[in-house]
Amino acid sequence: MATITGNLNERPTPARRGTSSLQRLGELAIESLIRLCGYSAILFVFGIFFFVFREGAPMLFGGLDLLKFFTSTDWNPVSKTPSYGILGLLAGTASVTVLSMALAVPLGLGAAVFVSEFCSPKIKEALKIAIEMLAAIPSIVWGFIAYMMLNPLIIWATGAPVGLNVLNASIILALMSVPVIVSVGEDALKAVPDSYREAALALGASRWEIVYRVLFPAAKNGLLAAVLLGIGRAIGETMAVLMATGNANQIPTSPLDRVQTLTATIAAELGEAVQGDDHYRVLFVIGILLFVIAFVVNLSADLIVRGIRGKQNA
Amino acid sequence: MAPQTYSICTRDLNLWYGDFQALKKISVDIRASCVTALIGPSGCGKTSLLRCFNRINERYGNVRTTGEISILGKNVYDEDVSLSELRKTVGMVFQRPNPLPISIYENVLFGLRVHTRHNAINKSQRDELVETALSDVFLWQDVKDKLQSKATLLTLEQQQKLCIARLLPLKPRVILMDEPCSALDAEGTQAIETLIDTLKERYTIVIVTHNMSQAARTSEECIYMLLGEVIEHGKTKTIFLKPQRKETEMYIEGRYG
Ligand SMILES: Nc1ncnc2c1ncn2[C@@H]1O[C@H](COP(=O)(O)OP(=O)(O)OP(=O)(O)O)[C@@H](O)[C@H]1O
Ligand SMILES: [Mg+2]
Repeated sequence: MATITGNLNERPTPARRGTSSLQRLGELAIESLIRLCGYSAILFVFGIFFFVFREGAPMLFGGLDLLKFFTSTDWNPVSKTPSYGILGLLAGTASVTVLSMALAVPLGLGAAVFVSEFCSPKIKEALKIAIEMLAAIPSIVWGFIAYMMLNPLIIWATGAPVGLNVLNASIILALMSVPVIVSVGEDALKAVPDSYREAALALGASRWEIVYRVLFPAAKNGLLAAVLLGIGRAIGETMAVLMATGNANQIPTSPLDRVQTLTATIAAELGEAVQGDDHYRVLFVIGILLFVIAFVVNLSADLIVRGIRGKQNA
Repeated sequence: MAPQTYSICTRDLNLWYGDFQALKKISVDIRASCVTALIGPSGCGKTSLLRCFNRINERYGNVRTTGEISILGKNVYDEDVSLSELRKTVGMVFQRPNPLPISIYENVLFGLRVHTRHNAINKSQRDELVETALSDVFLWQDVKDKLQSKATLLTLEQQQKLCIARLLPLKPRVILMDEPCSALDAEGTQAIETLIDTLKERYTIVIVTHNMSQAARTSEECIYMLLGEVIEHGKTKTIFLKPQRKETEMYIEGRYG
């Protein structure tokens, strides 16, 4: 009886057990390393938020008049009686984001439709490479383009005294967020089963009718996620807008007005603020605000994408 | 060949996928207001032939055809043929039910929305068209209370019925069916076969099937294909009881035996 179970279980000989336990140790080490890498991502996110929050919190919960913070345009952090109103900066960020999306969404979704539905495989490859390269351009280079090329172009085209304004920054941000809109949008269209296209085609629909009668309704969540990710990209961008907006804290009334954004304010003023004083801390409160906006935008994009997957599995 | 007797006539139809010739010199005349079954072993070109009739195989870039197909007396490869009009006249039902991911109501009206100007038909006419189409496929009782729910939530049998129903408002003359029951259970298969029986007076139906007894039950004429060629075409009874060609006999016996 004992021998039978022994044979069946086939215990490893002492020598083999040695190597296998060593192997197992190695595997365990690698596994925990990988696990660590995974968890560290979460750790970093929380770490960063904690750090930003710690610097901003004393001001957020003591001293800062939140009502004034959000409703006043008076941003004057270095005067004797400092005032911290970010309405102008919010308006700056909002105007640039809205106008850039007005440009980027049609362009990006149009390109996504073209790449996924209309063009030949060869052109598709070429376009995808071009779009990836567009995504890889560093934001400081976009800043240069805004400053050196778009600026004179806008002056020449509109007669405005300066070409650094909402329009300039919006064009730059649009170009920066188009790649993400195109690639996520194309994925969403690609995920629509081919049988839908065939069904519509067999009923006499043209390719364009298939796009707006079948693909848009079928892929609307993925396309919405693409747009939200584009918005996230536009809101968070700093360097390029710092160079493109003209940096004047005001509520714009036309696309040719200069503005200043939340991100650019932090980048421009953090260096001169004294560490630990109110100005410094208010800049971190703005950081928290940006964090929250980015979080909400990304989370909704994520939930929407997950919604699609869930539905497809059902 | 009188146009009233035959709906689809092909002459020397050849089709290539790249270098591979899938259809060879196909010349058949398919009778109007009658069910014709396309049978033959896997890969013999049944689907390819069927997809020529509404020219939907042209969506693949590597397809090339020569020869002539006339539907209701008009060559579909003529310059002045509108693909959209052709597909209105020649409806298609696919192997896997493929209702669009919109409401049942909108599925039935999809073709009409594509083919008529916006608002050319009013709400009550639309409602009536939907009811008629769904009643014609015996689906109205099942779905009349949930017309606005998503079509993809129906059972496969209901989905396939809906796929037939959405052709009807376009008043097609020919309905092509590519193994319409292969995704369905026995009950669903029977329901679709009954449906085909009620439709065959009004429409010319071409049905591809792997199921010999289905061909025997539903069709009046039968086309047996092998390796891209038509081997035999005749009355279903004749083909099944007294096939003229050795190959047909072997296929049918093989299936039975
Ligand atoms: N898009 C395509 N590209 C290349 N070859 C194809 C394509 N579609 C079909 N073929 C080939 O053409 C031949 C005929 O295919 P077809 O689908 O018409 O056969 P079938 O009779 O419908 O077969 P089944 O009974 O399996 O559905 C097959 O050899 C197939 O491999
Ligand atoms: Mg087939």
